[in-house]
Order: sequence, then structure tokens, then C-alpha cells
Amino acid sequence: MSIFIDKKTTLIVQGITGRDGSFHAEQMKKYGTNVVGGVTPGKGGSRIAGIPVFNTMKEAVAATKANTSVIYVPPAFAGDAIYEAVSAGIKLVVCVTEGVPANDMMKAVPYVRQHGARLIGPNCPGLISPGQSKVGILPGSIVQPGSIGVVSRSGTLTYEAIWALTLAGLGQSTCVGIGGDQVIGTNFIDCLAAFQADPATKGIVMIGEIGGSDEEEAAAFIKKHVTKPVVSFIAGQAAPPGKRMGHAGAIVSGGSGTAEGKIKALNAVGIPVAGSPTELPDLMKEAFKKMKAGKFAKTKKAMMKTPTKTAKKSAVKKTGKKK
Amino acid sequence: MKVHEYQARKMFADRGVPVPPGEIATTNVEAYDIAARYNKSVMVKAQVLVGGRGKAGGVKFAENAESARILATKILGMDIKGEIVRKVLVTEAVEILSESYVGIILDRAAQKPVIMVSSAGGVDIEEVAAKTPEKIHKMHVDPVIGLRPYQARDLAYCLFKDISQVRKAADILMKLYQTFWEVDASLVEINPLVTVTGGDVLAIDAKVNIDDNGLFRHPDIAAMRDLDAENPAEVKARNADLSFVKLDGSIGCIVNGAGLAMATMDLVKRYGGEPANFLDIGGSSNPQKVVTAIQIILEDPSVRSVLINIFGGITRCDDVATGIVEAFKQFRPAVPVVVRLTGTNEKEAKKILSSIKLPSADTLDNVVKMAISLAGQPA
Repeated sequence: MSIFIDKKTTLIVQGITGRDGSFHAEQMKKYGTNVVGGVTPGKGGSRIAGIPVFNTMKEAVAATKANTSVIYVPPAFAGDAIYEAVSAGIKLVVCVTEGVPANDMMKAVPYVRQHGARLIGPNCPGLISPGQSKVGILPGSIVQPGSIGVVSRSGTLTYEAIWALTLAGLGQSTCVGIGGDQVIGTNFIDCLAAFQADPATKGIVMIGEIGGSDEEEAAAFIKKHVTKPVVSFIAGQAAPPGKRMGHAGAIVSGGSGTAEGKIKALNAVGIPVAGSPTELPDLMKEAFKKMKAGKFAKTKKAMMKTPTKTAKKSAVKKTGKKK
Repeated sequence: MKVHEYQARKMFADRGVPVPPGEIATTNVEAYDIAARYNKSVMVKAQVLVGGRGKAGGVKFAENAESARILATKILGMDIKGEIVRKVLVTEAVEILSESYVGIILDRAAQKPVIMVSSAGGVDIEEVAAKTPEKIHKMHVDPVIGLRPYQARDLAYCLFKDISQVRKAADILMKLYQTFWEVDASLVEINPLVTVTGGDVLAIDAKVNIDDNGLFRHPDIAAMRDLDAENPAEVKARNADLSFVKLDGSIGCIVNGAGLAMATMDLVKRYGGEPANFLDIGGSSNPQKVVTAIQIILEDPSVRSVLINIFGGITRCDDVATGIVEAFKQFRPAVPVVVRLTGTNEKEAKKILSSIKLPSADTLDNVVKMAISLAGQPA
């Protein structure tokens, strides 16, 4: 299993005749994604890498019965592409486009929700369920099927983390890049809830960055609703306040949105935060061990009926320091 | 992107927000002429993008034209937090009876604009928010429906009791919201919004930040960008479509992707160095962009070593390698340059780079450590 996309995903590429659209349509097809069509107004009837091109989403969905779309159109048209996909009946829209105005997204995001669909992005690398399907631009060569769910606000930093997991023998169930913009369709909490409900996911890696309060809200959600081990990395500890670090959403303003604040919030609910993305696999393995030990301790505790407070305390201290 | 007060003020005034008469002056003589024409006492206000200009002495009251000339002489050319004052706004002074705050920002968590008003205006609103949050009234606006007049009135009643002032303030809020939406702002703010003798409500300051992603719709606003107020290297980087922020350290960083660029900076700090910059070459891999990136970093005299960290996805490592080799042909670096190229077309990249024999590492952590240990050594 996986979240959001799998073998049953049938995909339409919006903006398939563009430079990025055509390249990635072919890459996704090569990976094994069921790319059933593409859309570019005025190019209907042609083919890109053997994929039929349609003039409109309505036409494309009617002909292919697709359930998912991915958007590679320029920022000025990305908002419209989202409406077009959702009104054609698409249930999962992935918007890769970077530079979409926040005003456009403030209107598009509620529209998508009201129509029972899901938007991932914009300004995101998309997602991949290793061995099943990839939608977006994540390189298929770095993933490996397995049981770790990865969710991140970043692109290449996510690749770095995934690659480290793969090298350490920790394959992935699904890797989702939710995007670096201020207004996005799917946030950490949406993904955490999906990973928690997915039986194939055993552990979760969450990669955050400065700006906003998504990580803090995610920490509160994890405390209440997530029983699977979560480990994290937060980018931007060296970033100065008031400066936008590339991503539209990556800015520390008025003392809020700092890496320190986010790390503190995560540590407070028992989530270890790595000092380097390459340390994430070790933290994950440790978290699994700790969980096993915890379960064992719990059963033991129930049997003995005498809690060993001091032992528990020192164990927490030890792992807390290991970051 | 930030715009100056006089530009923000025009955005408000164009949509009917009442502001006192005012004009811009670039010399003390111009300031004198404006004040003389008004034949009233005036305010002389430094036009800078940094905050805290009042405390720095950049906003002064002038009794008459001669005093406006003297004050403009002082303020023009003043250095306010590293920004040189090149323009002053000369406005008619008004007698202030009360000061309020009104502002609209994008609330990321709610994914909606939020309007904030407070009767404690004229001071740093973040301080009010921290010390006396009960003095700030907030209201979210449904972006699809827009601000309704009753909502504006509800907020205006938080500021005033007199119905005529409530109506005036509500009207200003409607126009402020209109501005927020029409110019693709991420923030619009009037601090203070004042009442004057006779009951009028006026905006005597104006602040607008524009969502960079919305700039393509507003070439007129994009043209307002004040290049003088920016770091020249940042201007050069933006023209080359690179995302760059100058920092204080000595390790130059060239990375693909904003998240990875931030993480690389973090690791520089973690392993005992200080990053000289944030630089994201972006998703596509144009060798020319890499050349410009290297040039910008090498022009920074505080840089003592350069690290290039690329995780190839859409970015092809061979394209980056071609750019590095080209850069080395054009300007021989005087400081060590270390590289780590991994991912798409990594092998081809290594072949291309073999001609210039650069120190290289295979992991993120190692390339950072290497750049720090080589810092200050000859290339």
C-alpha cells in the first residue's frame, strides 16, 4: 500500500507539450506511471512519447477516465489549470509550477476542497510510491519500495533524505513533497494522517523548514493522533530573519517561524530532529528500536504493576541527547 | 518586494483612501519649495525600506519652509541601518487627536487574508501584539466573497464610537482590502490611521509589501523596485534568475534547490564555519547560470572557500560541470572550490570536471567539512 497514488493511478499531464511537461511525461511513463493523456489547448490529436494529447481536461477525462493530473503550466495559468482539472472530475491534482501568486491559491484551494478533491503543491516536486507510480519530478532512481513515509516542504533536500534512507536499506511507502509556498493544498497534517492510516507505512520522516507554523501544528497533531515513530529535519537554522530563502514561504518574520521554535516544538512531543539530513536513517532505526523496547516495557509494566520511573527517564534522556 | 511609503501611499490614495497632501523631494531645495507652496507646517519623512526610521531620526516636524529645508538637508544622505536616504516625502502636518492601527496580511495557517485593527496605533504593532494582545482585533476574510461592508463596520466599531468616524474608517478598510487584492500584496498597513480636528480620518503612513509571485501581473509595481536599497550582488543574482541572499560568513555556497541550500548552510554552521550566502541555482540546469553564480560568489571579498553541492534531479550534473569548467576558463578562482555532484548524469559530470581537477566529496556532510578545512588556503 501507499498514500495518494498507487498502481491504480491514471494520470493526465497538463501542459504536456511544454519543455518540462514533455520531459517529465516521458520520465513518469518510463518509471511505470500509467500516463493516459496530456492536455495543451490547440495541440489536441497529437502525441508526446506515445501519449495522446487533448485540447481540454473535460475531453481528456471523458476519453481516459483519469483520476489524477499533474500541472507543468506557467504560473500565470496554473490557478486556472487547477480549476479545470477539478471541474473535469479529477480527484488528485499535483501542481509542480513554481511562482503561483498567493492570491490565486487562496481562491483555488477552497474550490478544490469543496469539490472533494485533493491538491498537492504548488511549487512542489510531487510524489512517488516506489515501484508503483510517480507523479511530478522526483527522480525514480533514488527510491526503493519499503515502509517509510516521507513528507517534505522541499525538493532536492527531500531527494537527499530519500537517498540516505535508501542507502541505509530503509525503503519508502510514499514520498510526498508538499511544496514551499505560503498557501498549499496539502499540509503536513494531511500527510501524517494518511501515513498513520496506511498499513504499509511503519515510520515517518518529516522534513520542514523555516517560515509559518506548519511544523508546530504537525507536532501537536502527532502527539494526539500518530502512533508510528516520526523523525524530522528542519532546514534554515542558519537563515537570517526577514529574508526570504528561495521558497516563497521560507521566511522568519517577527520572531516567528524560526528553526529553533520548530525543533523545540517537535522535541517537546518526543520527535528527534536530525542535525544533518544524512542522519535521518539512524534516527529512524533508533526510533524503531525504542518503540519495540517501549512496547516490551509496557507489557512488562502491566505484568509487574510497578513502573520503573528512573529507568524510563534515563532512556528518554539518552535518546534526546542523541540528536 | 517592499515599496516605499510614497509609493504605497499612492496605491491607497488612488483607491480613495484619504491622505494629507504630500510630494516627494530629492533635494533640500525641492523640500523647501513643497513646504513653501503648502504654506503650512510639514512633516519631512525619509523614504527607506528598512523599519525604525522614526527612532533613527528620519521623520521630523518642520514649522515652515526654511525649517523643512534644514531638516531635508540633514535627512537626505542619512544612513539608516545601512540604507542611504535618497528621497524625502514632504506632507502637510496634521493635528492628531487619536492614532489607530489597521493592517491586512495573509494568514498562512488559515489560508485567508486577516484584517487587524487596534486603537493602540502609532507604535510598533508587534510590541502591542506581544504585550497587550487584547488590544488587537482580528477578522478573517473569505477570499472568494471578499470583505463585506458589515465586516468593515464591525471592525471600525472596535476603533470608534462616533458613527460618522465609524463610517469613514469602514470605508478606508474596504479600500485597503481592495488595494491588498488588486496589487497582489502580502501586507498592507496604515500605522497610524489618525483622527483630526473636525472629525476626519486620515492615513498618515502607508506600508505595502508585494507577493513576489504576483509581480508578473504588475509591471508598473515591479519597476518600483529600489535597486539602490539592495545589495548589488543580490540584484545581479536576480537578473540571472538565481535566488541569492548575502550573509556574513566566509564559506561561499552554490546549491540547487532552496531547501538543500538552507540545509547546506546549516551544516556549514554545524561543522564550525559560517556561510557567506544562500544561493539556489534553481531547478533547470543552464551552464551560464552556474558561471554567473560562481562569479557572484568569487566577487565577495569575504569568501575564503567555495562549495558547490548539487543533487541532480531535473538539474543535470553534467550541465553544472560544464558551467564550472567555463567559469574556471573565464576567471581563475583565488580560493579553493570544492564540489559534490550526485544524481542525474553524475558520471558524465565527473569526466567533464577531470580537466580542472577540483577537490571533491561524495556526501553532503563531507563536502561541507572539506570546504571549511580548505578555507583560507590558496586555490
